[in-house]
Amino acid sequence: MMDHWLIMPVLLPMTAAILMLLTAHMGRTVKRCISLLAMSGLVLVAIVLLNATLAGEYQVYAVGNWVAPFGIVLVLDRLSALMVLLTSVLALFSLLYACNGQDRDGRHFHVLFHMQLMGLNGAFLTGDLFNLFVFFEILLIASYGLLLHGGGPQRSRAGLHYVILNLAGSGLFLIAVGTLYGILGTLNMADLAVKVAQADPEQLRLIHISALLLMVVFGLKAALLPLYFWLPNAYGVASAPVAALFAIMTKVGVYSIIRVFMLVFGIEAGALANLAQPWLLPLGLVTLALGAFGVLASRCLRKQVAYLVVVSVGTLIAGVGLLSVESMAASLYYLMHSTLITGGLFLLADIIVRQRGDVGSELRTGPTVTQPLLLSTMFFIGALAVVGLPPLSGFIGKLLLLQSAVQQPGVAWFWSVILIASFFALIALSRTGSTLFLKTDDTAITGVRMESVSLLAVTALLLSSPLLAIYGDAVSGFTTATAEQLMQPMQYIEGVLGPQQASAAALTEGG
Amino acid sequence: MEVLISTAIGFLVACGIYLMLRARTMDVVIGLTLLSYGVNLFLFASGRLVSNAAALISPDAAAYADPLPQALVLTAIVIGFGMTAFLVVLAIRAFGDLGNDHVDGKAGK
Repeated sequence: MMDHWLIMPVLLPMTAAILMLLTAHMGRTVKRCISLLAMSGLVLVAIVLLNATLAGEYQVYAVGNWVAPFGIVLVLDRLSALMVLLTSVLALFSLLYACNGQDRDGRHFHVLFHMQLMGLNGAFLTGDLFNLFVFFEILLIASYGLLLHGGGPQRSRAGLHYVILNLAGSGLFLIAVGTLYGILGTLNMADLAVKVAQADPEQLRLIHISALLLMVVFGLKAALLPLYFWLPNAYGVASAPVAALFAIMTKVGVYSIIRVFMLVFGIEAGALANLAQPWLLPLGLVTLALGAFGVLASRCLRKQVAYLVVVSVGTLIAGVGLLSVESMAASLYYLMHSTLITGGLFLLADIIVRQRGDVGSELRTGPTVTQPLLLSTMFFIGALAVVGLPPLSGFIGKLLLLQSAVQQPGVAWFWSVILIASFFALIALSRTGSTLFLKTDDTAITGVRMESVSLLAVTALLLSSPLLAIYGDAVSGFTTATAEQLMQPMQYIEGVLGPQQASAAALTEGG
Repeated sequence: MEVLISTAIGFLVACGIYLMLRARTMDVVIGLTLLSYGVNLFLFASGRLVSNAAALISPDAAAYADPLPQALVLTAIVIGFGMTAFLVVLAIRAFGDLGNDHVDGKAGK
């Protein structure tokens, strides 16, 4: 029975989306009920799945009942379960926020939202490279629709760039997948890992090229240098609940990099072992630095939050690039923190923008917001968390990352870039806070008051930071266990292919 | 046959990239379409080029054709088709919203 839970994160959003299409004529309340019910169900499913991974076993679900490596399998390990839970929690509050009125701007908001969740969860669960491509496309096409939600010239322009870039990225993904299949004859990730380790030396170069192509594709999704220029525009103009959900989209790229380059081209990949390592650390650090400049230079509140997403991706990729259990565990902790907090900040920015009337998102002197005390307190908490000041989770995440780098080469770069970037973010957000709440002119209050549902959504997302800090011990214990699991690709291979195949592979590798 | 296929893929991809680098939306759409044709052909060829070979295992088959790339290509074609259709609609809408067909929405030279 436990088996079938594994497909639920894909099936549940899909069923909900279809149901909402069928009840499209029945009015908004019905749709909202279905949507929120399915969403809460998804959170429960994610918790059940996470609970099932605590013992450290791999759950494998053969979708067509064909055994791996012949059929497509879904694989659940700690990392997948963590990502599914993170997605559903973030999505629950984004959806709650959308239900206060922004879902009215377009007809099929809830349908697209659930399709996006289906793609996200599928991408986190699949154990097959081509299936990963398919789920990427599902989440992308839903995200195209969501990005354009609400309409307007700015969204059309940003949407056009986003769609074209991602279509080109899909082309590259297919080329990489085709090359890998042509050489190795398999697409199952566990089987790929076995075959890469035993690859013919003459073909290593081709495999190397396709691996780097995959990195370009995932880097585009994750918004890694030099492929992040689309992000501030796209996230800056998307409607708030969509932008908040998109906070997890860049993490899909990070997840794929971790999955593919830890498992297929990881420590046991023979001649191609740790292939990504020379790239990830420098690229991550430069992305981080440029993101910090972007935060400092933004003249628009929403774009500033979007640049904070770039900063978090840079930090994460640099942390992953250090390639040790400690740094991976710290990166995963930071991933949870940064996803929830940037999501919360996107929602908060929307409330602030709405209460500032015509000045809107621009960072200049404007009218006082309707609820100055409440909003400034929330902004203060969010800013503290995202910059990484004590006592909130950003501080713990960065501290863990910095600690894990001590023994590594390149520690000087790592420390200085992260600390200076945090300092830049601190300056930028202090300036933003004082512009928004202190440097106000005497014009009358124009904005609308925040509804209690929105307040609940934003508070819940921002509260995640103190919660992650209070339960820091338990959370970092789990991320450490996850990192240890990731550092043992052989276990994943055994889990998916069964012990015999894997040991046969190890024999050939040894001989 | 290998030379023909690889030349065709190269030509399609080169044309696609050239068109994608132009700043007009329709050119970009056609460029992406050509690129996806090239990619699909490449994916198809990843199962090796054999003719008159069996796809199913039988005792008297001399050689086998790999059916999996065909399934992959079919998926890729369907997805690419849907994406292109969406992009065409988006390009038309951007033309309506921005008043011209430049990818950045700038007025023409």
